[in-house]
Amino acid sequence: MKTSLLATDARTKKRNAAEARFKAYGLSAIVAAMLALAILLTSVLTNGLSSFQQTFITLPIELLEERVDKKGNRDPAEMAKTTTIGYAPLLRGAMAAEVERQGLTTELSDKDLGDMISKEAAATVRNRVLANPDLVGQTVTFDLLAAGRIDGYFKGRVTLETAALDGNTSPEALIIAQALADAGVIETKFNWNFFIAPDASVQRPEAAGLGVAILGSLYMMLVVLFLALPIGVASSIYLEEFAPKNRITDIIEVNISNLAAVPSIVYGILGLAIFINFMEFNQSSPLVGGLVLTLMTLPTIIISTRAALKSVPPSIRDAALGVGASKMQSVFHHVLPLAAPGILTGTIIGLAQALGETAPLLLIGMVAFVREYPAAYTPEAGLFGEASTALPVQVFNWTQRSDPAFVERASGAIITLLVFLLIMNAVAIYLRRRFERRW
Amino acid sequence: MQSLTTPLLFVLALAVVGYFLAKSRALQVAGGDIRTLVSLPRQHALNTMLATAVPALGAVLLFALYSRIVGTAPGWFFSLVVLGLGITGFALSLIGIKTHTRARTHAERWIMGLLIFSSTVAIMTTVGIVFSMLFETFNFFGQYDWRDFFFSLTWSPNFRGDSDLGIIPLLWGTLYVSLIALLFAVPVGLFAAIYLSEYAGPRLRAIAKPAIEVLAGIPTIVYGLFALITVGPLLRDVFAEPMGLGQSASSVMTAGLVMGIMLIPFVSSLSDDIINAVPQAMRDGSLGLGATHSETIRQVVIPAALPGIVGAILLAASRAIGETMIVVLGAGAAARLSLNPFEAMTTVTVKIVSQLTGDTDFASPETLVAFALGLTLFVITLGLNVFALYIVRKYREQYE
Repeated sequence: MKTSLLATDARTKKRNAAEARFKAYGLSAIVAAMLALAILLTSVLTNGLSSFQQTFITLPIELLEERVDKKGNRDPAEMAKTTTIGYAPLLRGAMAAEVERQGLTTELSDKDLGDMISKEAAATVRNRVLANPDLVGQTVTFDLLAAGRIDGYFKGRVTLETAALDGNTSPEALIIAQALADAGVIETKFNWNFFIAPDASVQRPEAAGLGVAILGSLYMMLVVLFLALPIGVASSIYLEEFAPKNRITDIIEVNISNLAAVPSIVYGILGLAIFINFMEFNQSSPLVGGLVLTLMTLPTIIISTRAALKSVPPSIRDAALGVGASKMQSVFHHVLPLAAPGILTGTIIGLAQALGETAPLLLIGMVAFVREYPAAYTPEAGLFGEASTALPVQVFNWTQRSDPAFVERASGAIITLLVFLLIMNAVAIYLRRRFERRW
Repeated sequence: MQSLTTPLLFVLALAVVGYFLAKSRALQVAGGDIRTLVSLPRQHALNTMLATAVPALGAVLLFALYSRIVGTAPGWFFSLVVLGLGITGFALSLIGIKTHTRARTHAERWIMGLLIFSSTVAIMTTVGIVFSMLFETFNFFGQYDWRDFFFSLTWSPNFRGDSDLGIIPLLWGTLYVSLIALLFAVPVGLFAAIYLSEYAGPRLRAIAKPAIEVLAGIPTIVYGLFALITVGPLLRDVFAEPMGLGQSASSVMTAGLVMGIMLIPFVSSLSDDIINAVPQAMRDGSLGLGATHSETIRQVVIPAALPGIVGAILLAASRAIGETMIVVLGAGAAARLSLNPFEAMTTVTVKIVSQLTGDTDFASPETLVAFALGLTLFVITLGLNVFALYIVRKYREQYE
């Protein structure tokens, strides 16, 4: 058998093939992971971006005095007795008149036409009138929310075929809506309300917003920042700089690394048992949520703070001690400022983690339906004691509702949450790049 | 609580006053010549402030806790003690200001106390977790036989009483979901780590490593929503229904797959560290003997890194077992013992959420069972973590 050094033999070929295969596995694993990330983000974006747009109907409404101000004395207290039900006929009439003015003919009744406007719209009109009684008797042009199905039609969620099977709308209504859109009466605009408005009931997804959730999350982040940062830094300083090496400090250290891996839902059980059942703090309050998240982020902050303290070279400490500083002074005057960028980065990352955490908040009652903006302080409820909800919990809440319009809302809320996280992480990375020192 | 607020605020104000008073008194004692003082006026001031505030604050915390345990609001006696502590600290530290007083040492003692107190918060959290669950779990086992809890094969809570609360179907669901998640995450994560640490050039590394780590930073609710609206329907339409395996969008497969994505960065970044820690000399030796790159990895690097990789996988497993939102939204709520991965099953964490949200009655076993489930979960994950950390640490020592 002729052999040549230049021709690869069968065995070498096999080995080289194995090498190539192995490399391909590795590359495909990385591609798979990045693909999963890409699909995840596209899925959320395609489902959620439309929630930043909302369909509005521009309607001139004649605010008849006999409807909204029966006594005719323009007294807001008297006028408040007319509920939103009293305003509904006005909206219905205005809608029918608008359809007629556009020269459209339809078999739909006035009620069906009125149902094209969101149920929230009557409240919008009522609030405007109560705020400004002089409007009574005039014809005022309002931008009113369109009903969820109409909104869905312009976003491609509802089609003529699905509408035929739907009890809440009809193909005729969609045809009218399309005609009104062509005439410029129905428009799709940027939806500021999504970030400001509170949650809305199950029947009116078009009005639901994140206002209360964002406020609640903000309060909780404040609680976490003001508790977790000082406690975390203090305990890291003790463990890293002062603690003697003995059994007790060993236990604390093992304990902290284990706490970092305890499932988050266990912290929820802790919060329920200790803060709500034992300490009797208010259920679903940002205070309890913040306390639970504080305990959860503490290990993260401690671990990163200790790493930051450890990276400050001992020569700095020695120099301070050499010119007569006490151990405490060397730490607080020199080591801590030098470790600050690292501590800050760790804290921001811990806060970002806490912001996205859902499971423990479910257990402390933050799933409740809250429409009132929580106050930071009230004498009855105390600091951050009013019922609230939080961004990730709001997402969970919306996924539990049957109307598909809420899926869009939930994805939109996720995008909002991810944008917040992105900003926080970007700040953390910037701080690290800008201020981190290598010794 | 409320009645302690006023004395507390008074003491805090006193501490601030004390700061400035001590500063001026120190200067006065020095007779204007600061060099005669052993400690700087600033340190005297700090000492007075801390001596006033710290003991009173500690007392407030203790009394608040005590009054919760006893169940009565703290009376005037407690307020008096808080005030007394504040004023005593204030007075003693002010009187103690002499030229030779070592205020720096005194102040630092208070600070040290605060530091030590802070580092016990972590311990208290653990104690709190264990006790809050132990207490209610004992209540639960007072009403429900522990043998039924651990060995019964059915889970059907019934709020009229007479429920079957067996943990086995829940544990089965938990383990099944975790197993599928690991079957997906371990090969992908491990191969990604191997490629990144052994083959990839700096350019690919700079892109791929952060991209994979982004997966770890995404909140689990996002994965849950992804499972609910994208993966679940997709798996149902493409696999489950054509194969006649079920009509449910939420299934063990859905939750497992999505959880697998979540776990990739846990496996890959820890494995990456561990593979990098294998000494270069071992690779060089193998390559020098004529082994190909992949043979070196398979026969030298991986065996050397194996304990650490096992530790990483165990940590990922403990993550999977404790994960909540993905299974709440992706796995379903029906407790069943089945092998079909396209069927909806439920897990321990899902049932903790469902038993503790909504109307809860802390006297009924249907609510209390959540604490027993939580304790079981805690024990399992703690065991895995301790074991995993032990292995990882042991491995690190081997090459240091």
